[in-house]
Amino acid sequence: MKTANFDDRIKRSKSLLRFAAPQMFYPLAGTFAPWCLAVAAVLTVLGLWIGFFVAPTDAQQGDVYRVIFIHVPAAWMSMFIYLVMAFWAAVGLVLNTRLSFMMAQALAPTGAMFCFVALWTGALWGRPTWGTYWVWDARLTSQLLLLFLYLGYIALTQAIDDARRADRAGAIIALVGAVNVPIIYFSVQWWNTLHQGASVSLTRAPSMASAMLWGMLVMALAAWAYTFAVVFWRVRSLILERERHTEWVGAELAAHEGRA
Amino acid sequence: MLGPFFAVMRRDLLLAWRGRADVLVTLAFFVIVVCLFPFGVGAETNQLRAIAPGVLWVAALLSTLLSLHRLFAQDHADGTLEQLLLSPEPTALWVLAKIAAHWIVTGLPLVLVAPGLALLFDVGQGVLGVLTLSLALGSPILALLGAVGAALTLGLRGGGVLLALLVLPLFVPVLIFGAGAVDSELGGTGAAAHLLLLGGGLLGAIALAPFACAAALRIAME
Amino acid sequence: MQWESWSAFWSMGGAAPFVWGSYAVTLLLVALELVLVLRRRRDTVRRLIRLRRVTAPDRDERRASKEMFE
Repeated sequence: MKTANFDDRIKRSKSLLRFAAPQMFYPLAGTFAPWCLAVAAVLTVLGLWIGFFVAPTDAQQGDVYRVIFIHVPAAWMSMFIYLVMAFWAAVGLVLNTRLSFMMAQALAPTGAMFCFVALWTGALWGRPTWGTYWVWDARLTSQLLLLFLYLGYIALTQAIDDARRADRAGAIIALVGAVNVPIIYFSVQWWNTLHQGASVSLTRAPSMASAMLWGMLVMALAAWAYTFAVVFWRVRSLILERERHTEWVGAELAAHEGRA
Repeated sequence: MLGPFFAVMRRDLLLAWRGRADVLVTLAFFVIVVCLFPFGVGAETNQLRAIAPGVLWVAALLSTLLSLHRLFAQDHADGTLEQLLLSPEPTALWVLAKIAAHWIVTGLPLVLVAPGLALLFDVGQGVLGVLTLSLALGSPILALLGAVGAALTLGLRGGGVLLALLVLPLFVPVLIFGAGAVDSELGGTGAAAHLLLLGGGLLGAIALAPFACAAALRIAME
Repeated sequence: MQWESWSAFWSMGGAAPFVWGSYAVTLLLVALELVLVLRRRRDTVRRLIRLRRVTAPDRDERRASKEMFE
């Protein structure tokens, strides 16, 4: 039995790379996910407490700026998750590892969610500070296009039934998008300076009280932990689905049946 | 080396010539979309002049999108694509040939018609050259990027809408520099920078897109 | 402490709709994502167990009969 040998070999392996095998990663993700979610919850409470009760009212913007504690972490995460997605897509295409494609697909919905949150909170923040929900500023426009890129990736991977083709086609569009993100950003910036001239400047960074900064950083860490939790759970479903013909999934399901 | 390139291109052009009506539909779509705008925004001359570059560019972008699915669909249906993939010729080469033929058939007519349509928007004759040049440099980029999307969505249900969702965000920089070239020429700053960027983008797209497209085709046909 | 009273806290210096609107939508989306992810997991496990019941019984029987003979 070749497969049994392979299973044994993977289980006995001490290399960290053994977690690239779905059957090794599956229990690992299952162990980590609840802890990540707990960490995210604790950090969120801490971050919001700093944000709402420790950080002072901003001299210029008043209390509206308190949106920053979700806006900035969400914007960071949305961009970072796309890069990680493109990274896994590239790894998958080069090394032909199934798990990396699954990771990319598990990341996309969370990235899109953060992208939408960044846009939404940005609009609500913009209204009282600049008097408008939306300006066609480079950052805002790039963020909007990033959301479209996420939606395109999700739509493409969902539209293809064959898992292998979905993986690879999604990986290509993720990479093409990643090459385009900087081009989009610079082109929009260029366009923006030509059209709007001296409009509202978003880059003016007023000196930030350290409590504000701390609140933002803690919330960013919370967003990280949350992302880990959600992605681990999602990837577990994907692994079960993809590996359903293997023996170890059979055993896993049998255990579930026993518990039910 | 270039033998297969011209063979594939000649074949595609011949096929397009045999089905001329399809090609004319794309062109008609472009003209009609452009002509719809005055009805929507009003026939005030200054306003029309201001929106003309953007309108022409968005219309060109939409007509490119409309014709993209035809790039590989027919060859996919009759098995030619599989034969081409099995052939020893480098995939990126004949993919580039197909894209070039596709652009000659669908993109070039738009470039040629655009100055005439611009006159309907009372665009000054001095910028017609820049407008045409920007379209001539930009529409091949649209075809190249679109080809990657067309290869990825080959044979999928709802492929057309999906293709639009995949490709339109990628078209944005081309749109910005293309329409921006005309605007800056009108504004007196000169269009050289925009046109150079479009040219650079075209070279980059020619260098990279055929390979991405070839990879996408191989994935789709596995 | 930044706030004189709870009502001052809730009114956020007059920016209540914007601040709470942001937080409410974020909370809603995060909760929705968690529910969807956990439900997907549950549905996947259930569906695969059903799939196994449909396809696996004969395999289990075969194994059982094989063990009997050995």
